Amino acid sequence: MPQFLEHSGTSWKGQRLKHEQSLIDSLDPRLRVVAAFLFALVVVSSEQFLVLLIGLATSLLLARLAKLNFKRTLRRVIAMDMFMIFLIIMLPFTTPGEVLFSVAGLPASKEGLLHASKIALKANAVVLCLLSVVGTMSATTLGYSMARLRVPDKLVHLLLFTVRYLDVIGQEYKRMRRAMQARAFVLRTDRHTWRSIGYLIGMLLVHSLERSERIADAMKCRGYNGRFYLMDEMVLARQDYTFMVMGALFLAALTGLNFL
Amino acid sequence: MHIVDGALAGPVLAVGAALAAAGVAYGLKKMDYDHLPQVGVLSAAFFVASYIHLPIGFSSVHLILNGLIGLALGWAAFPALLVALILQAVFFGFGGFLVLGVNTFNIALPAVLMYYVCRHGITASSPRIAGIWGAIGGAGAVTLTTLMVAGSLALSGEAFWLAAKATLIAHIPVMVVEGFVTAAAVLLIRQVKPEFLNIPEEWQDA
Repeated sequence: MPQFLEHSGTSWKGQRLKHEQSLIDSLDPRLRVVAAFLFALVVVSSEQFLVLLIGLATSLLLARLAKLNFKRTLRRVIAMDMFMIFLIIMLPFTTPGEVLFSVAGLPASKEGLLHASKIALKANAVVLCLLSVVGTMSATTLGYSMARLRVPDKLVHLLLFTVRYLDVIGQEYKRMRRAMQARAFVLRTDRHTWRSIGYLIGMLLVHSLERSERIADAMKCRGYNGRFYLMDEMVLARQDYTFMVMGALFLAALTGLNFL
Repeated sequence: MHIVDGALAGPVLAVGAALAAAGVAYGLKKMDYDHLPQVGVLSAAFFVASYIHLPIGFSSVHLILNGLIGLALGWAAFPALLVALILQAVFFGFGGFLVLGVNTFNIALPAVLMYYVCRHGITASSPRIAGIWGAIGGAGAVTLTTLMVAGSLALSGEAFWLAAKATLIAHIPVMVVEGFVTAAAVLLIRQVKPEFLNIPEEWQDA
């Protein structure tokens, strides 16, 4: 398995990833979540090429402002593009319309190509914006800002729990895999591999469940009564209002461009 | 299994989001605060486990495990999967923002369905039969999810039909692997910690 395909949960570093403070980090987290949502809404519902190009340019600018790690971001964006690459390649051949070129006797239409490039532009713009505006905050901050945005508190607590234990469980998984490797286990395409991995997952779940029972006991011991308290105060500051006005104007202009 | 932003039609996005919201609301209602640590830790475990890549010939597939999630969590699979998908979208750039609803619904509904279909089967006294039901749960959930993903694509335009069919065919190996893996996991959990799958402890004596 090439290293770059092993993006992901098994390499989850959570909040330990190095990230430089940037302009984006000085904004209110709630504002960032809402802004990313509105941006996604405007970009996805736009059909004009100009708007989509501006959208992508904005995302690139945001990524620059947020001081995203270039290599890491590129790897993630490419991984996302791999998800949809078949969709993009097939579209020109399945959409009827003006024939632009043909591959092996299959005609590719102009309409299909335009449609495919629109999807690619939208998906990349949204993901880049999400990574730079929301992905740069710590997962805990994300949870808090969701709570302040009236997301049901059980869901928020579930998110906080999951984030807290991702790293712990990830370590546990690596430990068990290392133990298997020490016994000369190699992944292959056979039933032995699948059964062993099934046992591994089962054991991971059993360990996790037992851990969660200990956690619940420890929490009750410290007076947990089914309520979490959000400790932070989120107050909008001056730069937040500036951002709000600029963002609203920009999104309105972007929406307006669709009707020109 | 993730659909990216920009591919689906507006109505599909809206309906998906509404259905997912309903499922999550029901799941949250069924999950009391005492189970919060349990669901959270399991959600994290699934997040990690679903990144295990298994080789298939020259390529590799990663597990989805929504069948096992459903068997373990029931309706709480909805919030647990939503949380996992939010984390993936925001921190890894998988999927998108507006498609979160559709993605959650496509993955969580089969999980819940498999919970209802297989929960009696996996308590069968013969390990062989229980294993078969586990396999049905694992393979069935992935099959349903694939069908729903293909359906969401197909509903968004005729041009997507080929892509939808390709998705179906490409996931056949995943269904097979997932069936074997889930069966093994179910058999192990049955032995080690039967109450985890809501199996009463005394089944072994019977």
